[in-house]
Amino acid sequence: MVQDSAQGAHKVQLEAQADASGSAGTVRALILTGFGINCEEEFAAAYRLAGADATIVHLNQVLHGQVSIHDFDVLNFPGGFSFGDDLGSGVVLANKLRYRQTSTDGRTLLDDIKQFIADGKFVLGICNGFQVLVKLGLLPNLGGDVTPEVTLTHNASGRYEDRWVTLRVNPASNTPFLKGIDKLEVPVRHGEGRLVIPNDATRAAIEAAGLNCLSYIDANGDGTSEYPHNPNGADLNCAGLTDPTGQVFGLMPHPEAFLAAYNHPDWARRRRQNPGASEEGEGLQIFKNIVAHITQKSASAAPAVQLANQN
Amino acid sequence: MSDTNPNTAQATHTIQLTLKAGQHDGDGQRVAEAAARHLGLATGRVRSAALYTVRYPLSETQLRDFATRCLADPVLHDVRLNELTGAAEFATYILVARRPGVTDDEGTSAQNALADLLNEPLDVHTQHIFSKKLYLLENDLPETDLRRIAEELLGNKLINWLEVGRVADGIRDYTPRPGGGAEAITEVVSLTGLSGAELLQLSKENIYALNLEEMRAVRDYFAAVETQEERKSAGLPADPTDCELEIIAQTWSEHCKHKEFAAVINYKDTETGEEKQIDSLFKTYIKNATSEVDRQLRANGNDWLIKVFSDNAGAVRINPDSLFVWKVETHNSPSAIDPYGGAITGILGNNRDPLATGIGGARLLFNTNVLCFGNPEFDGQLLTGQLHPRRILEGVRKGIEDGGNKSGVPTVNGAIVFDDRYAGKPLVYCGTGAVMPMQFAGLDSWEKKIDAGDRIIMAGGRVGKDGIHGATFSSIELDETAPATAVQIGSPITQKLAMDFLLLAARRGLLKCSTDNGAGGLSSSVGELAGISGGAVVELERVPLKYPGLRPWEIFVSESQERFTLVVEPGKMAEITALGQEMEVELTDIGYFTSDGFLDVRFDGAPVARLNMEFLHEGVPRKILEAEWTKPAAAEPEIPTATDYTETLTQLLGSLNICSRESVIRQYDHEVKGRTIVKPLMGATGQAPQDAAVVRFNFESWEGVAVSNGILPRYGDLDAYDMSAGSFDEAVRQIIAVGGKLPNLTPGDGIFWSVNDNFCVPDSVYDPASNPDGKQKLAKLVRMCEALRDATAAYCIPLTSGKDSMKNDFKADGVKISVPPTVLYSMTAKMEDVRRAVTSDFKQADDVVYLLGETHDELGGSEFYALHGQFGANVPKVDFAKAKALYTLIGQANDQNLIQSCHDLSDGGLAVALAETTFGYGYGAMVELPETGLPLATQLFSESHSRFLATVAPEDVVAFEQLLGERATRLGIVTADGELTVRHAGKTVISANTTALRAAWTNGPVNHLLGVFSNDNLSHSNSL
Repeated sequence: MVQDSAQGAHKVQLEAQADASGSAGTVRALILTGFGINCEEEFAAAYRLAGADATIVHLNQVLHGQVSIHDFDVLNFPGGFSFGDDLGSGVVLANKLRYRQTSTDGRTLLDDIKQFIADGKFVLGICNGFQVLVKLGLLPNLGGDVTPEVTLTHNASGRYEDRWVTLRVNPASNTPFLKGIDKLEVPVRHGEGRLVIPNDATRAAIEAAGLNCLSYIDANGDGTSEYPHNPNGADLNCAGLTDPTGQVFGLMPHPEAFLAAYNHPDWARRRRQNPGASEEGEGLQIFKNIVAHITQKSASAAPAVQLANQN
Repeated sequence: MSDTNPNTAQATHTIQLTLKAGQHDGDGQRVAEAAARHLGLATGRVRSAALYTVRYPLSETQLRDFATRCLADPVLHDVRLNELTGAAEFATYILVARRPGVTDDEGTSAQNALADLLNEPLDVHTQHIFSKKLYLLENDLPETDLRRIAEELLGNKLINWLEVGRVADGIRDYTPRPGGGAEAITEVVSLTGLSGAELLQLSKENIYALNLEEMRAVRDYFAAVETQEERKSAGLPADPTDCELEIIAQTWSEHCKHKEFAAVINYKDTETGEEKQIDSLFKTYIKNATSEVDRQLRANGNDWLIKVFSDNAGAVRINPDSLFVWKVETHNSPSAIDPYGGAITGILGNNRDPLATGIGGARLLFNTNVLCFGNPEFDGQLLTGQLHPRRILEGVRKGIEDGGNKSGVPTVNGAIVFDDRYAGKPLVYCGTGAVMPMQFAGLDSWEKKIDAGDRIIMAGGRVGKDGIHGATFSSIELDETAPATAVQIGSPITQKLAMDFLLLAARRGLLKCSTDNGAGGLSSSVGELAGISGGAVVELERVPLKYPGLRPWEIFVSESQERFTLVVEPGKMAEITALGQEMEVELTDIGYFTSDGFLDVRFDGAPVARLNMEFLHEGVPRKILEAEWTKPAAAEPEIPTATDYTETLTQLLGSLNICSRESVIRQYDHEVKGRTIVKPLMGATGQAPQDAAVVRFNFESWEGVAVSNGILPRYGDLDAYDMSAGSFDEAVRQIIAVGGKLPNLTPGDGIFWSVNDNFCVPDSVYDPASNPDGKQKLAKLVRMCEALRDATAAYCIPLTSGKDSMKNDFKADGVKISVPPTVLYSMTAKMEDVRRAVTSDFKQADDVVYLLGETHDELGGSEFYALHGQFGANVPKVDFAKAKALYTLIGQANDQNLIQSCHDLSDGGLAVALAETTFGYGYGAMVELPETGLPLATQLFSESHSRFLATVAPEDVVAFEQLLGERATRLGIVTADGELTVRHAGKTVISANTTALRAAWTNGPVNHLLGVFSNDNLSHSNSL
């Protein structure tokens, strides 16, 4: 059930990955789809452009044990409307990961994801995927017990909106996904992106740990609560969160929709000003960052293999 | 059907979620605001609550766990179990539930969550959980006011069950009865000996929508000796069954058969005295014209036209590996009675056309929509059954939002046209582009092949009474007695699952072919597919139902949504069934194809229908229609000449048909899939309107497609030929503006164009009493088609698919509201490199501004005249030869990268285009209009076709002027100061700050109505 045009090619790819899993090979990204998820193709394109292998699988393939997340380096929850988002964004999918038993011993996919993170691997959720991670309690996970601590709900405007925003990276954030990035322009496309933090203690703890890794900023570069620069009225003007380890990262805006410079609404004027500018979109850097980080990490963990390859 | 039976009530639980104190109740607040704004009712505070009725055996603990862990958000919600109570400070309530069988995606989602929590295989295809909304109102409003809020703001009584009352009297609940079997009754309808009047009466009562001649043909078929013998030997009654008449009515409906486009038309031009007979509009003007275009294309090595007019959508070749599939349809009648349901089923239904073209399994690339509404600020008396244009606008907009966004298909392009004559029936055009590999598992993807013995599989949603008679209902005028069953609600999530399944099934070679279940349901889909093999046997008892009580004929013609009919070879059944289970898509084997020439429908072995396929598909009598063209009397008005047109321009920018649609556009996801290169609004401000969308096909190449729409109904009041020609040209020039090229200019260049025509006209069949001007209306249609043929030939652009909707009238209280004859041309063209797309907005100060093309004294039907309450006579005309020459040169200029910005001139003419091109960054322009002999107002506001406003970098001016010659008129330069100055004959005639112009445009009635305001002159708190 690999969701790609070249079904056969992907089967081969999966087998090849299994063969190559012991070597210092390419970074392997697993991208979930099915049940209303709909940004899996651009998500996969982002990883491929960043030099990784990207495999799109239907969620049921993972739930039914045909694909193991542990064969991959980074687990990805794309945007979309999982199960129609009728009970609140991401709720039904989060519920499935938490409760649906994937084997007779009562294990759930959430148990596997906890193990995956404990193994030092990475999880990325965008838009609906971010909502899933928040509703599961994987973000911000201040308490470390994967219990929902904050929520994402209806935009203050009461409307779904597609518009471009500017984000600033919190310098206190430790996540490798955002390394070296200061500002980022990206589209938001959501109706339920307003972060609600229920109390001052949680808010303070998030800020103290720098987990509010991305904020909406205005034309002057200041964090803002004002519409439309802050499109949803999020608490802390916050567009994205990490967990304390920095391995789990989620955001409402869509970096995977800005892979080419030509995705930006002002691309034509900007290229006139600067014809030699890169054709890459700013959103791609997040994927290049994590691919580089994992590559570097595995290289330092297995220097012998790396050397062998170079020879 | 209400839930009073003690036996079922025992297993019923109610979960109520309310927002915790301090959480913002946006839903409740919007109800209070809307009641005040639209109905003038003061509700006081409104509190919203979500209700879930669970009809599944649960222990107390399971119920509590389900409510608190699955449904409630611990940050936001308080939970109440099994109590339906108000709160002290609220006097009245409104409860919004759904009628039986109405799509309840929220209930289905809750059921999914319950199955996961319990780890039980809870059948999600049978409804156990019913979602509802409860609103508590502070003020003690009388029941009539509560009903108004309920029916006009919160629900539609055709699909919702609405309870209202005082909280003190107890809150009444309602839950429909789920599950169950069919009512296996097939009745016989005798036609023998019925008089003409009786036949017509029968047709009207049963919504067959067949005329007398057609009813007679049906009667004669059944009376024929041959038919009688066949029926006897097959065990059928002598008289037709209810199901047989329904199948014939559906198959012969105008919606499915296009009888008026196939009719013989006697046409007379009273001005010239010309008389002619047209043997089918479709054949003469559309099919033959495209055949001629194809001949010219192939003669020049351009063989990209793969499939035209013969499947659910047209297909053209992008490159050796893939096809582009393109379809545009209308969903007008359903949108008139339930705007949300009509629009969402329109867009989802249209998605199914490219999805189920050929073998099926195309990948959807984008949606478009073009909408025609009455004035949303209408404040007069509505007719019985007529919905307010504002309500239709808001409902349709929401339907397109959910239909597109939740399917993950970007809505990249659209238009909204306002005219009071759309206040009865709105027009809702939905378009979808898709990409399909040339081959699936070694077979040509665009072919539909079926052999006897292949299985008929129904995939997707279950069947209810929803949408019964949709095909026939849309083929008649609307009146106040519109049937409730004609309404459907789409479920984008159900369709997304089916779509994901179809993609994979096709790529694995499991599908022989597929089609969509749209208008006419199984009757239409199986009936049409059976034409390929030569017959089919359908076993209706196998069809899964949403609820009990459907009769066999209802099952067969129901238009319940999100269903595909698949053709599967018997040897592949096991594999496809397993895939369906894995992807949670319900597949049902409902019969098989034959080659015996009959459509044979059974229920539990008993005959329900058995019809000769040839009679069914070819037996409809040909219509003979009368058309007579008289040129309407019209005169040019006297409008006093002004010395300054700044105020006129400002007013035009804020007028209903020109103002910004940003509030609508931003609620559509126009960039999911990450491939949209030219979006509806661009520039640093995100407020520069564009002419055509540009979308790349994938991430591996820069090939893409430009998408445009041409529609100009108001010109049709002057001359329908010029209206149609202008609409065609508008769509072509929009694609030229973004950097597209005309087809077939160079041998084998492979630049495909694929166009859909969609005609929406009022009843054009002459009747001395009920439709006295029918001949003139039909003559307009003829002239529209003649223009289409001429345009197609001139540009060498082929039509690949299309649709006609012939009865766009609304009748109630003795009044008829008819749409103006309208045609939409929806165009797509290949872009070899999307990076070379040209956007409309100014790019840099000191760039030189040019007007391309010729301006004529053509203010007839213009927005400028409309502003003065005038209409005029001089309708803009297209000179195809000149237009083609200009477009060819613009293509050459783009090859040399000479053009920095390009905007096509349309509503409001040059002046409006000048203003719009400044909206992207805040540039200005200094422009001097030449002495052309035309009056100033004509130069500024004439809507002559085939014109552009373009800018060129100073260093490219020489090359550009050499190339374009006299076709380019140098007007001035782009300035950095944000001031638009237009001078003429030594005087300043427009002088405006472009930020103020943008504010006038942004704060126009559309954004105002939908609650989005410009940031430039309103505080932010207003828009929150």
